[in-house]
Amino acid sequence: MSIKDKIAVIGVGCSKFGENYEMSTDDMIIEAAFEAFADAQIDPKEIQAAWVATLSSGISATTLADPLKLYNIPITRVENFCASGMDAFRNACFAVASGMYDNALVVGVEKLKDSGQRGLGTFGNHPVLAYGTTAPSLFAMAATRYMHKYGITRETLAQVAVKNHKNGCFSPKAHFQMEVTVDKVVKAPMISSPLGLFDCCPTTDGAAAAIICKKELAKKYRDNPVYVKGLGLAVTSGKPYFKPGYDYLGFEATTLAAEMAYKQVGITNPRKEISFAEVHDCFTITEILVYEDLKFCKKGEGGEFIPTATLEGELPVNPSGGLKSFGHPIGATGVRMIYELTLQLQGRAGKRQVKNPQLGLAYNLGGPGSVGIVTILGNQ
Amino acid sequence: MAVGISAHGIYIPRCRIGRDILAKEWGIPSMGGERAVTNYDEDSLTMAVEASLNCIANKDPRKIEGLYFASTNPPYREKQVATTVASAVDLSKEIRTADFSDSLRAGTSALLAALDAVRAGTAKKLLVVAADCRMGEPDSPTEQMVGDGAGAVLLDTEDVIAEILDSYSLADEFLGTWRLDNRQFIQSFPGSFELKYGYTRVMGEVLKKAFAKFGLKPQDIAKAVIYSPNPRGLAGIAGKAGFDPKSQIQDSFWLQLGDTGTAAPLIMLSAALEGAKPGDKILLVSYGDGSDAFLLQATAAIEKFKVKKGINGQITNKLSISSYGKYTRFRNLAIKETPSEPSVTSPVVFFRDEKQLLPLYGERCNKCSTLQYPRDRVCVECGSKDNFTDIKLARDGKVFTFTHDYLAICPDPPYTQAVIDLSGNCRIYLSMTDCNPDAVAIDMPVELTFRKIHDSYGFHNYFWKARPI
Repeated sequence: MSIKDKIAVIGVGCSKFGENYEMSTDDMIIEAAFEAFADAQIDPKEIQAAWVATLSSGISATTLADPLKLYNIPITRVENFCASGMDAFRNACFAVASGMYDNALVVGVEKLKDSGQRGLGTFGNHPVLAYGTTAPSLFAMAATRYMHKYGITRETLAQVAVKNHKNGCFSPKAHFQMEVTVDKVVKAPMISSPLGLFDCCPTTDGAAAAIICKKELAKKYRDNPVYVKGLGLAVTSGKPYFKPGYDYLGFEATTLAAEMAYKQVGITNPRKEISFAEVHDCFTITEILVYEDLKFCKKGEGGEFIPTATLEGELPVNPSGGLKSFGHPIGATGVRMIYELTLQLQGRAGKRQVKNPQLGLAYNLGGPGSVGIVTILGNQ
Repeated sequence: MAVGISAHGIYIPRCRIGRDILAKEWGIPSMGGERAVTNYDEDSLTMAVEASLNCIANKDPRKIEGLYFASTNPPYREKQVATTVASAVDLSKEIRTADFSDSLRAGTSALLAALDAVRAGTAKKLLVVAADCRMGEPDSPTEQMVGDGAGAVLLDTEDVIAEILDSYSLADEFLGTWRLDNRQFIQSFPGSFELKYGYTRVMGEVLKKAFAKFGLKPQDIAKAVIYSPNPRGLAGIAGKAGFDPKSQIQDSFWLQLGDTGTAAPLIMLSAALEGAKPGDKILLVSYGDGSDAFLLQATAAIEKFKVKKGINGQITNKLSISSYGKYTRFRNLAIKETPSEPSVTSPVVFFRDEKQLLPLYGERCNKCSTLQYPRDRVCVECGSKDNFTDIKLARDGKVFTFTHDYLAICPDPPYTQAVIDLSGNCRIYLSMTDCNPDAVAIDMPVELTFRKIHDSYGFHNYFWKARPI
């Protein structure tokens, strides 16, 4: 059984991403959700079920119900590390595909700047095991190993930041509209060696929303819906640093999730068949590993693939600017990727529009390579 | 039946601060040389674990029948330290443990108690470990004088390398140096009162009476291990007592380490035993509220005993603290008022996880032989449930990958994290300590060291870290 061509995305919305000191969690949810309602031309009262994703900006489904006054319908809160947003989308898709609901609302949100925490904080809940581990440190250890094995330098990593910051300049809602140079990236303060400040995504507030419905109802709402072609989710260990023999050169969850999605769509050569991708570049090294794990290129060739992934390249990756430049409000990111895929597939992405896309891939990663989710959307 | 020492070991923290740095900070004269300083993650308990492991490196810990810990600054006012040390070094639960405290003589008091137990036959092997990290007040000469370290001996009836032939004790009420129970810094009565009327008087008396009891003369002694708070004190009594200061007096390492307090007699004894030949008579004399004196004699077995990490290597293998500011962070003298979020912790987790956190046991799958850590119910490789054999993890390995993290809150940034392949093929993830970040590299050999990870919830959260060898 496959999810292919059962679900349509009929409306998307996204709040401004950034240091939203003047906005609350509720404000951002309202901004994203009402933009999606307007985009789908749907009355909020028509929504039959909803999913809300957040890592820590609220508990329970009331996080969504209260700001939107979306009472008396089934709502579920989803938490799955940084992949919470796309997992909420995935759950909504399967629920609508089951025939239980005609439509569903998916909202992802994260309010990070209300706390004074630097970066994405510490990880783990054991008193001493993995104590002091930060999000950058987990990916930095992969970078250390990858650089040792394949001989790439910090300059190679920096090219990912340069590319994504350039794309972000064309995204009005992105956290940054600011180009960077390889020199600036390499000379920035070290965060977790070998990752410097510009190798890391920023600490961002934001929310994103998507409304889905049964495929056969989609044209009621718009002429150009996009369709869910494939959905893959794989979960591996949340403590890869203790996993015997782990090589730190990629994330098995990415590969497994992609294989599931590729199989549903019938993709055998992703590099040729995928038009563009939005991937989880929480750190520059992550995007390089993801190229390889998604089979856009061979193992060890991720660094060389970067020129192929520019906006003008053969397979544009992160036309939005990615987490690196658009920002990474944790629970929002996966839904924000659906937002970007939808705009691109509908030709509504403005200056960052990729040429004639047909299939867009989004990859959302949670934890230290632990939760991998791939969504493939198409406009046919 | 000969009762004596069958093994000895010491631990000197790698960090040193030059006395010139301390002196310059306060505009007072420098006493020259340097002193040993605990790193920010060390205390008397962690040093005791290190010294104990060095001491019993070639012994079966499960055959040791007790552990006595001595210190003037145990990390808990109420809560025994000996039990934590015993668990970390993997002693049996069916043993006797005790903490000895409140006097510089606590180390030799523990030794006497252990000696009596072994002589009485109530225990055959008892581990005695003394550790001190006394605090001198900032802007005081004491800050330059004290130093940190630990020493351990295994009292035994088998494989004795130095038999304890006799002892003599003297209790002496005297207020020379003290610390009130709510104070951080030791206090001394100003001037030469303690040196003249405390140390010199007590040591003169104890040496005279001990020799009388032992039926020996100073010339019969190969090495005199005599505690002294500073070189001046020792120089004053050694000649007077009839020793040749050049050949017979064991160096106190004051110039390199400082006055290591309760630990000093055992550190110096370990050094003396390293150089002892069969038949050598060694005198061990402590000081503090009186004195304990012991007469030891090296046996033929001493020639075969090789100490793990002897004094010279530990003195040489050091990291210099570059500034007074850093020293104040290490010793918690610089108070940060900026609130930091407390870490998640609970004594309940330490209760449940003791075996994997303190003696560091992993487990080997009986079906697929995978060695996994932390301990789980289900095998990470083959999925077998509850089908494991306990394996004590090796204490050494190689760095597989690492990062220097500047985001984590740490008194000595960067916070280095490393994935390590331990000898015996176990993957573990640990913080690193005592390391120069520039020296850390893939495949670098490391060893494990027991450290205080943090103090959340008002108790000490201990676990292992890795450090360069």
